[in-house]
Amino acid sequence: MIKAVMMLNTQGKPRLAKFYDYMPVEKQQELIRGVFSVLCSRPENVSNFLEIDSLFGPDSRLVYKHYATLYFVLVFDGSENELAMLDLIQVLVETLDKCFSNVCELDIVFNYSKMHAVLDEIVFGGQVLETSSAEVMKAVEEISKLEAASNSISLVPKSVSGWRGR
Amino acid sequence: MASSNSLMDNLFQRSLEDLIKGLRLQLLGESFFISKSLEEIRREIKSTDLSTKSIALQKLSYLAALHGVDMSWAAFHAVEVVSSSRFSDKRIGYHAITQSFNDQTPVLLLITNQLRKDLNSSNEYEVSLALECLSRIGTDDLARDLTSEVFTLLGSSKVLVRKKAIGVVLRVFDKYPDAVKVCFKRLVENLESSDPQILSAVVGVFCELTTKEPRSYLPLAPEFYKILVDSRNNWDLIKVLKIFAKLALVEPRLAKKVADPICELMRRTVGKSLLFECIRTVVSSLSDQETALKLAVAKIREFLVDDDRNLKYLGLHALSIAAPKHLWAVLENKEAVVKALSDEDPNVKLEALHLLMSMVNEDNVSEISRILMNYALKSDPFFCNEIIASILLACSRNSYEIIVDFDWYLSLLGEMARIPHCQRGQEIGHQLIDIGTRVKDARLELVRVSRALLIDPALLGNQFLHPILSAASWASGEYVEFSKTPYEIAEALLQPRTSLLAPSVRAIYIHSTFKVLVFSLAVYFSAQEPISSPLVEESTSSGSSPVNGITHKSISSLVNMIEIGLCSLSGTLDVEVQERAKNVLGFIGMIKHKIAEKVTTQESETEASRAVAFMEDVFSEELGPVTSTAQEKVPLPDGLELKESLEDLQEFCGEFLKPVVDSNSNSNSFSSSENISFSVAKLRISDQKEASSSSSHPPESASLLAEHRKRHGLYYLSSQKNDDHNDNNGDNNNTLNEYPPANEISVDSFNTKKKMNQSKQRPVVVQLDEGDGLKTKPDASNNDEPLSRAIQTALMGKGKEKEREKDNHERDLDSRIKGRSSGREKKTKKKNGEKSSKHRSRRRSDKESSAAEPVEIPDFLL
Repeated sequence: MIKAVMMLNTQGKPRLAKFYDYMPVEKQQELIRGVFSVLCSRPENVSNFLEIDSLFGPDSRLVYKHYATLYFVLVFDGSENELAMLDLIQVLVETLDKCFSNVCELDIVFNYSKMHAVLDEIVFGGQVLETSSAEVMKAVEEISKLEAASNSISLVPKSVSGWRGR
Repeated sequence: MASSNSLMDNLFQRSLEDLIKGLRLQLLGESFFISKSLEEIRREIKSTDLSTKSIALQKLSYLAALHGVDMSWAAFHAVEVVSSSRFSDKRIGYHAITQSFNDQTPVLLLITNQLRKDLNSSNEYEVSLALECLSRIGTDDLARDLTSEVFTLLGSSKVLVRKKAIGVVLRVFDKYPDAVKVCFKRLVENLESSDPQILSAVVGVFCELTTKEPRSYLPLAPEFYKILVDSRNNWDLIKVLKIFAKLALVEPRLAKKVADPICELMRRTVGKSLLFECIRTVVSSLSDQETALKLAVAKIREFLVDDDRNLKYLGLHALSIAAPKHLWAVLENKEAVVKALSDEDPNVKLEALHLLMSMVNEDNVSEISRILMNYALKSDPFFCNEIIASILLACSRNSYEIIVDFDWYLSLLGEMARIPHCQRGQEIGHQLIDIGTRVKDARLELVRVSRALLIDPALLGNQFLHPILSAASWASGEYVEFSKTPYEIAEALLQPRTSLLAPSVRAIYIHSTFKVLVFSLAVYFSAQEPISSPLVEESTSSGSSPVNGITHKSISSLVNMIEIGLCSLSGTLDVEVQERAKNVLGFIGMIKHKIAEKVTTQESETEASRAVAFMEDVFSEELGPVTSTAQEKVPLPDGLELKESLEDLQEFCGEFLKPVVDSNSNSNSFSSSENISFSVAKLRISDQKEASSSSSHPPESASLLAEHRKRHGLYYLSSQKNDDHNDNNGDNNNTLNEYPPANEISVDSFNTKKKMNQSKQRPVVVQLDEGDGLKTKPDASNNDEPLSRAIQTALMGKGKEKEREKDNHERDLDSRIKGRSSGREKKTKKKNGEKSSKHRSRRRSDKESSAAEPVEIPDFLL
């Protein structure tokens, strides 16, 4: 199971954070800070894995990847493979790259909703459900279309939108 | 009016993008901006217009996720938004719910119907939102109420929906085990799906399920095996390998069966993730499969020499899994492991360290420690201390099992103290004392090492080393008879820089000085009148370095030095230090002028020599290790009520205080005592009494203590003093022989026998009978969860279920009844279902009902 997905920038600001077990927001912030403090102390060119039991409880592992100004972080337990999780970050980044064509930190900052749409197609309730970025893109585009359609309806007066919605 | 307000809100509402832009403009005072936005959100979220409300909710979710703003107060609004017919609102609503709801959220009950509606929606993306929500926040109730919807969706023709329905099953089973009866068959059927997405999803679910309770899924082994052989998808293969890693542990025959395909995978695959999973599966679960293991270790070696640090780390990790059972795998790669110690990557270094420690044994301990100490000297402080800690841990395991040469080990401890980054003073100090008490033969070296530590004024400046110095000072005082130069030790103990020590350590320094002084005096007196103190004679003859050279001149200079050194301390603020200093000074005052007299008078039994002999007696008691379970070993005497309330203790005490005073001769008082309060009061008072009487009549002290032991033998642990042990004190006087140490001591004869044939014989290590380590209770297996029972029921006939129930002794009666009834229900259901089910599953159940095998493995194994 994946326990958490995070994207932090190199200053430690979270750009996306998703915890698959319920956690109060204070705890979430504490974990984000904890993860960042470990990450920023790591030199370049070292392994991408961390033992993180102290933050996330026993049998927790963390894999991260550093792209430009961002850390992509996955926290997971023993039923995932470390190298596969590293690949999953790759899948995520590739998908985002297709989504935003040359993704950069700003895309992630301003596309909160779309980021979650992408992530929710890949990781479902902590399980990896999709690893093909083409499939993810297909779903995300469908979702965007649906949203656009429902938003265009909202410009029409309410009574009419109710009628057209049927 | 309200509607116009809402329109205004709608027109001028900040979108999420505006909020983010605004936040980015705030260089300072971000929190002010957030609280202002929150005010806005609170207003907007009450709007009657759903789209205004949903945008407000979206902004709130954003702030909650990334800025830690509480959003639990908006739970009801989330429920409102989710009921919107517009997809974008619904998505925002579901996002907010998954993010902020938990089991305790009160409005949770309100979403059941909405979820049901959306699960039945014709729009697959709405269904998928609802499924995502259920998989995150599904409670027992939700899982129960929505099981039938999930069941329907498991057969959906839309792949997107079906794979998410499969994913949600995990949560539903976890919360509502009875859902297994409904959904399990469809879940299993999906294992044969030709769609790769569906297959991935269902394999992932089974991987999670198997991790929790492997045994239940053994009957599905053929299906998993088929995937293992046929699949070309690394993600699926990794999950199936994880499943087999668990299954092979409960069914060893499986290990043999899957070994070949796994070897095949290892040879064939180019994916490192899959290769690593194969290796991990082999070393953790297939460790009896010779060929597979050899191949895996060969692959590990490739990882170890790879330039990619991830692979190197994982290679080390795999080795450490293999280490407990197959040490040869580690030994074969020793060079690579040692090399990894100097890697830049802290993970790689730590993993290498753990591995090195796992291969430590009595033959190579000194070599490995030597290597590690060299690394410790040049490492960063964190890793340096990790190294020290692992050496300490490995060497002290099982009462220093792997240490043969304690002299070497003690000098190693001494070296550790001198490593500049050393912060493990506590452990080192503890081991110094522990070895002192346990290993008699090592005491000479201990005193030597301690002296070297004590006389080095530089060490006093490092407060991490103070526990070591404290231990060293204690050892120097306690075992002063092994010292060649008591004067030097006293000097070291009193050096000016000791003012840097904490008062508690200082007190030990002073006490050790006292012991050194008493010892020197005793030697001095006994040298001139050999008959007066047998004890001293014993210690001088047995000690390997007899201190005969104490002259009148040297003893007076020692006394003077101690007096001068302690004078300044008699006014210290700390009472402990002050009191000890005063004790010593008082003793010196009493004895000082007698030393001078000694030369002139020929009287054999002087007051001074009696006093010194008495003090010698006081310190002569040998201290031994105490087992952590010592207290438990004391049998509970009759009439002792440990759990009784002690409220009326006061009353009893008042009554019994008087008789105790004249009960000195009544040696049998304890056994005749009738209740707890009596005995407690008596014990304490008679203890005090003894203490006071012994100080007034020095020569009687030992016999009084012996009497105390006789009377209160219960509180002393039974002693089995070994002959070996008594050799050194062979000519102890009677008093001492009938007064063995209070701490139970038994000699580890097993170990000595084992090591007889070694070139250097291992000294005797005192071991406590038991309980040196903490006892860990074996975990009671918790395989009687409702879920696993339900699954067993789903996979097996009723008869099997009964058997299993017999196995689970710990199951409480209540759940057993439940289990049976549900089993019965299942049986009737299953009969109907089986007819329509595929012939494969019928074959399985047929086989099961006939086979007498305890484990339910289908015939493909046999």
